[in-house]
Amino acid sequence: MKSRIRKLIVAVEETHREQGKEVAPPTRKAAAVAVIDNPCASNYVEDLEPLMAIGEELGELLGRRAVAALGIRPGQAESYGKAAIVGENGELEHAAAILHPRLGKPLREAVEKGAALVPSAKKRGGPGAAIDVPLGHKDAAYVRSHFDAIEVRVADAPRANEIVVAVAVTDSGRPLARIGGLAKDQIIGKDGLR
Amino acid sequence: MAPIEIRKYATTIEEVFHDGGPPAARPWRLGAIAVVLKNPFAGRYVPEIQHWMDDLKPLGLSMSKRLVETLGGDAKAIEGFGKGAIVGEAGELEHGALWHAPGGYAMREVLGNAKAIVPSTKKVGGPGARLDVPVTHINASYVRSHFTAMEIGVPDAPRADEIVFILVMTTGARVHDRAGGLKASEIKGQDGLR
Repeated sequence: MKSRIRKLIVAVEETHREQGKEVAPPTRKAAAVAVIDNPCASNYVEDLEPLMAIGEELGELLGRRAVAALGIRPGQAESYGKAAIVGENGELEHAAAILHPRLGKPLREAVEKGAALVPSAKKRGGPGAAIDVPLGHKDAAYVRSHFDAIEVRVADAPRANEIVVAVAVTDSGRPLARIGGLAKDQIIGKDGLR
Repeated sequence: MAPIEIRKYATTIEEVFHDGGPPAARPWRLGAIAVVLKNPFAGRYVPEIQHWMDDLKPLGLSMSKRLVETLGGDAKAIEGFGKGAIVGEAGELEHGALWHAPGGYAMREVLGNAKAIVPSTKKVGGPGARLDVPVTHINASYVRSHFTAMEIGVPDAPRADEIVFILVMTTGARVHDRAGGLKASEIKGQDGLR
């Protein structure tokens, strides 16, 4: 492994009811999270290649873990998102190096297809910092029922020289979605937007 | 009879590989399951509440089984446990205490008649409130290597008229356990303490 992982966390949320009304089938979201050493912490490093390589590795590992936690086949995944929290001795650019160049391809393999941009969030923070991982439909970014987020936090991370990396996958949109817009059965699925 | 009206479940699994020291041969695993349900006693003082404990028994059992499943399915691998409750603001701390029997006895049953008392915390809180759920060895409360806690919360719960009930299980000693005291290998296993 290129990443030195301190811990892995997998969280699943399953919503069965909202305002007294049954959600059937329940909507489900999973977040797979890794706490890793930041190899570029504490001083300015020009070449962020080590972080890009870590991103590639974590795209596959976390993507697969999230799908497995939902107990679904990759093709049943509906939306996804990614995020990173950089510990205080790191740079926001370190989160960007993990998330953007190479994490997407293996994540898309883990969920099959994935024509749409993977929505993302990043920040710097201390242990217990929370981040809202944005969610969007994996094949068509405009699907309105699937705009959502899942909050991720790790009580003891990131330490100053660590990074928290999160990948979120769902098998559904929001509970009781009913505000119109592009629906998932109308997806063309070519340009990643519609 | 008071109804069991479940809004959501949230599960979290943490796998700890190291805490700054040498990586563990087998990662230490901690799991939590939380259920968000309606508090049937919210908004008024209800003198007689104990009957709800009977209604909660099947829920305690199904959550215990599900948590063992989520941790890999082998009840023998579970060595630590804990439980907790977060009561929404229209409820009472006493409502959280109703989880002691159904949550505790269910875990002990599923874990092969575990002998130790199940440690617990409870509080009244709003959505996103976090609870540190204490953990001790399932057969002997004094085993020092297994003392820990897991911080659990659900971002959108409890609403005022809800309760979050939590169960936690772990697979063994802290990852770099070296603070001495009673060892798991020295348990007599008669009184639940040593």
